[in-house]
Amino acid sequence: MAETGVISEGEGDPNRRDFIHIAAGAAAAGAGAMIAWPLINQMNPAADTLALASIEFDLTKVQEGQQVVIKWQGKPVFVRYRTPAELQKVVTEGAVGSPPQTDAERTKSGHEQYLVVVGSCTHLGCVPTFNAGDYGGWFCPCHGSHYDASGRIRKGPAPLNLIVPEYEYTSDTRVRIG
Amino acid sequence: MSEHESTYVPKTGVEKWLDTRLPIIRFGVDYMSLPTPRNLNYWWTFGGILALCLMTQIVTGIVLAMHYTPHVDLAFASVERIMRDVNGGWLIRYVHANGASMFFIAVYLHMLRGLYYGSYKAPREMIWIIGCVIFFLMIATAFLGYVLPWGQMSFWGAEVITNLIGAIPVIGEPILIWLRGGPAIDNATLNRFFSLHYLLPFAILGCVVLHLWALHHAGQNNPVGILIPKDREKKDLVPFHPYFTVKDGFAIILFLILFAIFVFYQPNALGHADNYIPANPLQTPSHIVPEWYMLPFYAILRAIPDKFGGVVAMFSAIGVLFVLPWLDTSKVRSMRYRPTMRTFFFIFLVVGVGLGWCGGQLPDAPVIPGFDGFVLLDGNINSYLWLTRLFTLYYFAFFLVILPFVGLKETPLPIPATISEPVLVGADAIPAAAPASPEKKG
Repeated sequence: MAETGVISEGEGDPNRRDFIHIAAGAAAAGAGAMIAWPLINQMNPAADTLALASIEFDLTKVQEGQQVVIKWQGKPVFVRYRTPAELQKVVTEGAVGSPPQTDAERTKSGHEQYLVVVGSCTHLGCVPTFNAGDYGGWFCPCHGSHYDASGRIRKGPAPLNLIVPEYEYTSDTRVRIG
Repeated sequence: MSEHESTYVPKTGVEKWLDTRLPIIRFGVDYMSLPTPRNLNYWWTFGGILALCLMTQIVTGIVLAMHYTPHVDLAFASVERIMRDVNGGWLIRYVHANGASMFFIAVYLHMLRGLYYGSYKAPREMIWIIGCVIFFLMIATAFLGYVLPWGQMSFWGAEVITNLIGAIPVIGEPILIWLRGGPAIDNATLNRFFSLHYLLPFAILGCVVLHLWALHHAGQNNPVGILIPKDREKKDLVPFHPYFTVKDGFAIILFLILFAIFVFYQPNALGHADNYIPANPLQTPSHIVPEWYMLPFYAILRAIPDKFGGVVAMFSAIGVLFVLPWLDTSKVRSMRYRPTMRTFFFIFLVVGVGLGWCGGQLPDAPVIPGFDGFVLLDGNINSYLWLTRLFTLYYFAFFLVILPFVGLKETPLPIPATISEPVLVGADAIPAAAPASPEKKG
């Protein structure tokens, strides 16, 4: 700037013209960012999408040995009523999966027979098939991940156990997910 | 070569008036008379074919958008309505859907031609890089378009591909939610995919203008791969029109015949039957595959046991193309004169097709039926998993090891001084090791 400036105060020294250039440039950059932000932010989940954050479910709809798939936030949620044999198997296995977890860490005490997990494979989001695979839980048809009856990843490319969503028992037979 | 002298002489008063204000006719005339190497073979016709493909997709796409409804409850039905009720809708949609495949057939051949004849080397690096940008935009556009019919493959393809972004550590999850507009693929996702699918072809069009600008500035490469010496320009260059408009035109007719065979006789051969089932977010199809033109990259994704590593490998497979001009250390452009490299090139072709084939198979399925093999690390040695890994290794080795290394070590064949020399002097000028027309194989 110094070489083109009318008022030059020695080589390399910032002068008032340099200051104006930098200030104007900074203001333009700031304005650009402020204009860009709403254009980027509009793509985030809208208020009505976020409003669908929780649902209630009646556990009496699930028979022993079965699972019911419900839709929560657009994603499938598995509610599985495990048989005593299945339950005993996953409890005696201790802490396995990724990260290693015991079955008790993935259920609510007093309701151990019910497992509630998000039914999206933690690999790339496919819905695992019920009662398939080598561990008696789920098998993901897309890329071959095996989950046990506690939803813990045992074999295949998926990096994590099936996610246990936030939920609570509102009564003995009703849960609120989310 | 772009700096050739303008031959346009405005004749009428209107032309003269316009020429001093907006010399658009001069631009067009000069463009069509561009001096072009006279030895270009049919592998050079794919540029024109690709221009036709882009225009076909834009025109049919605009028409389809007049009848399509981007809503999760209505999209599938609106596509079926296009197929059954809209006048000629079946034709326009089949042209658009198969047009995408035709576009990719042409672009892959166009890229392989550039790879074989060294069209990416100085002074043409920018042509190649812009071409890579176009290729990447094409993949993005094709993916977005495949989601729009909202069938099972649309939905689960979108699920799997967007989840790739979720694999990025820490920032992946927020970006994923931002991209989808919610916790899962839903109406917000479909709406924005429709908007972007309409937008990106025009971004491609803009890149095509830059691609052609760079091409006409640096001049076209040719099968011999030499720069035309200044004193040979009169003899070795011919005007683009009529010589190459006619040649391109003939190639386009042949291409359109292939196109028509698909549209009229096998319109669903390149698609997947599951996409005629409406999307169901609670049920994944038993075997998810992307469209054929994505299969090599999908295979690379699955070959890596780590989720994020797979994503990195897949994007690197495309990213490596961008730096290709600096990975190839040879000064010789055309592989006609690089017999060692040519062998590696043909292996690369086989590997590329092989990756595509592997991408369509189940990873655990045996390659050779009846052979038990043995388990190596996480999979049986006789499985598509390991075959894919072998191919993936070669894919990256080709760019990162073979191209830099062979360029330094090989002895290229003697290169002719002019593009006429191999033809005019006769068989003596062509080294014995090089077939007279290697382009017929390449």
